[in-house]
Amino acid sequence: MSIVKTKGLVHEFIRRDEEDNVESITTALDHVDLRVEQGEFIAILGHNGSGKSTLAKHINALLEATEGTIWVDGMDVSEEENVMPVRKVAGMVFQNPDNQIIASVVEEDVAFGPENVGVPTDEIWERVEKSLKAVDMTKYRNHSPNKLSGGQKQRVAIAGVMAMEPKCIVFDEPTAMLDPSGRKEVLAAAHELNRQKGVTVILITHYMEEVVDADYVYVMEDGKIIMDGKPREIFSKVDELKAHRLDVPQVTLLADELRKSGLPIPKGILTREELADAILKCASDFRR
Amino acid sequence: MIRDITIGQFYPADSVIHKLDPRVKLFATMIYIIALFVFKGILGLGIITLFLAGIIRMSKVPFKFMTKGLKAIVLLLIITSVFNLLATPGDIVFWKWGSLQITDKGIINSVLMTIRLVYLILGTSLMTLTTTPNQLTDGLETALKPLNKINVPVHSIAMMMSIALRFIPILIEETDKIMKAQMARGADFESGNLIQKAKSMVPLLVPLFVSAFRRAEDLAMAMEARCYNGGEGRTKMKPLKYGKCDYISYGVVVGFLVLVIVAAVLLPFPQG
Repeated sequence: MSIVKTKGLVHEFIRRDEEDNVESITTALDHVDLRVEQGEFIAILGHNGSGKSTLAKHINALLEATEGTIWVDGMDVSEEENVMPVRKVAGMVFQNPDNQIIASVVEEDVAFGPENVGVPTDEIWERVEKSLKAVDMTKYRNHSPNKLSGGQKQRVAIAGVMAMEPKCIVFDEPTAMLDPSGRKEVLAAAHELNRQKGVTVILITHYMEEVVDADYVYVMEDGKIIMDGKPREIFSKVDELKAHRLDVPQVTLLADELRKSGLPIPKGILTREELADAILKCASDFRR
Repeated sequence: MIRDITIGQFYPADSVIHKLDPRVKLFATMIYIIALFVFKGILGLGIITLFLAGIIRMSKVPFKFMTKGLKAIVLLLIITSVFNLLATPGDIVFWKWGSLQITDKGIINSVLMTIRLVYLILGTSLMTLTTTPNQLTDGLETALKPLNKINVPVHSIAMMMSIALRFIPILIEETDKIMKAQMARGADFESGNLIQKAKSMVPLLVPLFVSAFRRAEDLAMAMEARCYNGGEGRTKMKPLKYGKCDYISYGVVVGFLVLVIVAAVLLPFPQG
């Protein structure tokens, strides 16, 4: 069974003037179909305003669909009684680290989720312990979140979601407000959770470099999914990506340019190591 | 300047005071404030000073940290002491000019008022320095629970308070940032008379409010995403339970108040 599945999902933001007449309609999601299996690491890529954050909020039952259906862990999100169970299954990490930390002490913030769903006290402590350890923040457990760096705050937020033991975590541009080192920390934590705990990760981002390690990538524009496939497939279509004004990782771009100028380098190079190997191979072939 | 207010800032340390039940600390603070206003004479003052000094010692919070809060009320202190000094009629008049006079009672009053205010700030900020806002609101929530019966949304109020406390430092930082950004574009917050100064605050307050609302919206969504559903069916990571220390503290605090009252009755010098 898929953990997240959408069928013909449409979301319209309707603006009304003072007399309640419809002023304008913005279609944030336009018949989106997608399927995420348990344990996968999915990336959703797109520009600002492409609808990717709207999609994320649907997975957490924070918005109501205009049309279409979304199922999380087999539950129809639009049903009132499913809202809480869905939020328990699918956690969410938001963009701004400051605006999602509720308590003034790290461990109390991590406990906020389990407290809400009525977990007994002893188990809350266990879960807090485990979650802080999973994101390597145990030594900051008694600190105030205000004194942490952006990356650390975001890791606390991840721990807060982990403590609810979700099957799936949606990361809504978790690195957009962080410096490069904070970005690395957060991504490493996300991959770690996916690998070690088997949590399904849905990473929403506009940084190309971050999707390279994903299992599957969806590219969104104007509320539609315009491309999908494995990262290697996506990045082998350099020209198509450029046509959608999406940046390609530098290494992929370089490999593409080299191939265009005649070197026999395969398509879909994602890392420096791969490119180095490919060039070495060319060189040895050439010598022979 | 705004950064110096310590109220609402938790200072993490491992002390007896930190570990006390917040309900005890709330009760103690209340008693302490009562004591500050009923004490009379030098003996009572001595007892309060000893009590305060002892608790500050036990709390392991550096004294410097606490006095930061005082800087913010220096102006208030000066005004109250000057008014008390000049406007209190008394038996012995040292100096007189029109309706202004310095009398023996005026001197005593102004000294006492200053001490009271200083002690008030020290004592109350000690409570917020040693209690996490969460504990504090937990304490209030449990203490006020009976009000739930008459439809007072105790949990919501407590939650609002704890969130407000959490966002005070963030909003202060933001104010600083906006101020600097406006100053870089030529805004002037310093010069001019009071009205001009108030007017110059507009470009500071508008963006601050806008951002506060945006934050509130984000936070509400983050809380909902983590299954927040009001107070019903919530459990606690740190449920409030009285220990031995808490009962002893109740005793100490009540004893303290009794002592202060006895001192006020027996030896009210020099106020009697």
